[in-house]
Amino acid sequence: MTTQKQRETVETVVIRFAGDSGDGMQLTGNQFTVSTALSGNDLATFPDYPAEIRAPVGTTFGVSSFQIHFGSHDILTPGDSVDVLVAMNPAALKVNLDTLKVGGLIVADADSFTDRNLSKAGYDSNPLVDGTVAPYQLLELEVSRFTLEAVAELKLSKKDGLRCKNFWTLGLLMWMFDRPRDPVHEWINKKFAKREDLARANTAALNAGHIYGETAELSGVTGYSVAPAEVAPGTYKTITGTEGLAQGLVVGARAAETEVVFASYPITPASPVLHYLADLKEYGVMTFQAEDEIAAACVAIGASFAGKLGITSSSGPGIALKGEAIGLAVSTELPMIIINAQRAGPSTGMPTKAEQADLLQALHGRNGESPIAVLAAATPSDSFEVAIEAVRIATHYMTPVMLMTDSYLVNAAEPWLLPNADDLPSFPAPKATETEGFHPFKRDERGVRPWAVPGTPGLEHRIGGLEKGFDSGNISYDPTNHQQMTDARAAKIEAIADDIPKQTVDSGPQTGKLVVVGWGSTHGSIKTAVARAQEEGLEVSHVHIRYLSPLPRNLEAVLKGFDKVLVSEMNSGQLLSMLRARYLIPAVGHNRVTGQLIRVDDLVNQIRNVLEETK
Amino acid sequence: MTGSTVELKAKDFASDQEVRWCPGCGDYAILKAVQRTLPGLGVPKENFVFVSGIGCSSRFPYYMSTYGFHTIHGRGPAIATGVKVANPELDVWLITGDGDALSIGGNHLIHLLRRNVNLQVLLFNNEIYGLTKGQYSPTSKRGTRSPTSPRGSVEHPLSAGWLAMGAGAHFVARSIDTAKELTTVLTRAHEHKGTSLVEILQNCIVFNDGVFEAVTDRATAADRQIHVEHGKPLVFGKEKNLGLKLKAGSLTVEVVTIGGNGITTDDIMVHNEKDKVLAALLLGMEAPEFPVALGVIYCDPAPTYEQMLYEQVREESPTLDSLLNRGQTWEVV
Ligand code: SF4
Repeated sequence: MTTQKQRETVETVVIRFAGDSGDGMQLTGNQFTVSTALSGNDLATFPDYPAEIRAPVGTTFGVSSFQIHFGSHDILTPGDSVDVLVAMNPAALKVNLDTLKVGGLIVADADSFTDRNLSKAGYDSNPLVDGTVAPYQLLELEVSRFTLEAVAELKLSKKDGLRCKNFWTLGLLMWMFDRPRDPVHEWINKKFAKREDLARANTAALNAGHIYGETAELSGVTGYSVAPAEVAPGTYKTITGTEGLAQGLVVGARAAETEVVFASYPITPASPVLHYLADLKEYGVMTFQAEDEIAAACVAIGASFAGKLGITSSSGPGIALKGEAIGLAVSTELPMIIINAQRAGPSTGMPTKAEQADLLQALHGRNGESPIAVLAAATPSDSFEVAIEAVRIATHYMTPVMLMTDSYLVNAAEPWLLPNADDLPSFPAPKATETEGFHPFKRDERGVRPWAVPGTPGLEHRIGGLEKGFDSGNISYDPTNHQQMTDARAAKIEAIADDIPKQTVDSGPQTGKLVVVGWGSTHGSIKTAVARAQEEGLEVSHVHIRYLSPLPRNLEAVLKGFDKVLVSEMNSGQLLSMLRARYLIPAVGHNRVTGQLIRVDDLVNQIRNVLEETK
Repeated sequence: MTGSTVELKAKDFASDQEVRWCPGCGDYAILKAVQRTLPGLGVPKENFVFVSGIGCSSRFPYYMSTYGFHTIHGRGPAIATGVKVANPELDVWLITGDGDALSIGGNHLIHLLRRNVNLQVLLFNNEIYGLTKGQYSPTSKRGTRSPTSPRGSVEHPLSAGWLAMGAGAHFVARSIDTAKELTTVLTRAHEHKGTSLVEILQNCIVFNDGVFEAVTDRATAADRQIHVEHGKPLVFGKEKNLGLKLKAGSLTVEVVTIGGNGITTDDIMVHNEKDKVLAALLLGMEAPEFPVALGVIYCDPAPTYEQMLYEQVREESPTLDSLLNRGQTWEVV
């Protein structure tokens, strides 16, 4: 037993594991996450993969990173800047150094800072010695050598031995932040069940890293402890935005007493939802990998016509291709869900980077007057709730529902309190059987047409994209009828506003000087920024909009309760222009289009500035 | 309730909508043939679904009293696939045209055929765009004069049959709008489990009248059409004295006269629906050099998409708990 060094208590920590794509940084990050969750901390994570599938080793574009923010209170974002940067090679340092706080800690594998690797990363001299890292604390360790020593007795090849480097580093970081190693041991044994030698090697490396921390005198690093956060009791797991969406769709379909046909065409960053669902056939999910984006939307529409819930997913370029088909679903008033995982645009843009610049496309990106419901997920766990809500609205209002997420949110993860099976919702979606007086566009009191499904005797009918007669459902070119049908389609979407929660104020006073308004995945950044401003004594509130179409009925009143409205978005002002046009309020924007989340400090500044101006 | 058990007649499949094709359009004859075919198929009426894209032919579902979906241009195959994936019990007929299926919707057609979704595709080929008023289509012959090709089109036409074979179709048939045999071909198409492609040569009386006259003209039809039947010799002509024979030393066919040059019936090829190479040869024959092959040219069943898809379902309805608890969980007390 070694002497236990005195640990320093910290409230929150941001760690960024960075290395070459082949260094196993995602795996390392995920294992650290599980241990952190088991330690009772709240957390948020974000993986940052290279866009290239197999970039050359050691290059900056081959760097793969994983960021985790954890602490003893509510954690809402993966963190603007980093406390600890693990750099497995020079390229990883180069790419990530500007995310590190001044005074932050670099853990570098000195063995990988060879001339060859330095030049591949574009360094003329070694940054560890030339003063580049002077503003930071540096822990320069011979990770490669230590790892090889740790696994020496297993007689692995040097290559296999070096593969265990990430576990050595993980072990060190687990010592540093006092994380339990048991879950990692369990994972290793399961993962390498068929390669006992590798299981033992990785375990040995993990333990060696940990022991190194315990015993070595690490200059200035004492080890830290982060107290557990106060969280509600129950069963938890970590959930990504993708998992939240996918599971929500399954749960929602069960609640609606229907099944899912999920048709999609692979596209970054939407594909993971298709991957997840592809293995869930037993849960009433048929997935379909279509020949293109248009076919994917059309298969979903065909499925909905036939009585299941058709869902498609994509990102901006694919959503553009699906536009005509979504219009058909609007015109034929069929349930449909379109998952819209936004990425940075225009055109191919930056597929792995986040943006919210497809809001207006979602709302209006079709020919003709073609209103649909649009919802946005805020967090990984909120993705679960929003997916269920999308199913409810689609099946109960016979309408396409666009569900907005983005490159950040689909990959981000947080701990999630598993819902009780008994608490899951139930909202059976009725199908028509009554033949008396039936016509396919006969509306109920909410303006919703019946879901009359092929195979039902006596309800044989034809639908299509041509305009339909209000009183018969037959093709009609009558001018007053077109006006009436246009109004009816719009009124139906508006009617959803009677069936959704009222807009609430997320934090801060209900009325006052300033409200920051946001939607989608910037929820955590905005909430954190508003909280920080409030701590500074500033009078500011936060409104987060989940329902973008229709907007909550009381949203106007809520916003008009504030002197100033600041709309923060990862676009050039799309929600902003909507709110200004609709409510005639002099809202101002905080708009950033960098491919990254809104930065908390940046928004806090803006809040200060706006309040300053109103003085 | 129109009971599924009531015996149905052709007229029971006519909807109350006034048919709006041009008088004399070949589409009328196809509509009648379909309405005559359906009652004999033993399918409950409520299970029929007619799906179409956009174009003259795609108005078809409105004239049927079955379930119908008039969709968007070229996308009928995808919508029809969605219907079958959702409910394989439904009896789906896809109505499309040369522009809809082979131009704007070409991609969907090839993938429908490749996947082998169990439905019937009736491809009305009139070698012209009718609904948009007469532009040349992907099957128009080179030199076709039209509003968009006033000096004659400079594009080579596409062969629907060859495209289908290349896409991995398992059933390819051809017929003519007004042909008596159309109902027989449609019945065969329906019997076949998988995607059945039926190309129907359809006369557009307004924009491309007589384009198939070389084949359909009564006076010469017997010499210009060969009605293929599985297991029967490939003979044609008024006297049934013409036949198809493989040219010696090659993989091309030639038309020979039985009785001439020492040719006997034994020299004539026998139709084999399962022979892919023969199917390609037959589909490639064009008038006037060759008779145009009609009937079931290729039929070699394979597992259908939806059959294989549903076979992958492992067990019945597990609880949602088992889904939500997937992955590593932990307890907070
Ligand atoms: S334009 Fe041609 S194909 Fe269209 S309805 Fe008239 S005749 Fe028939």
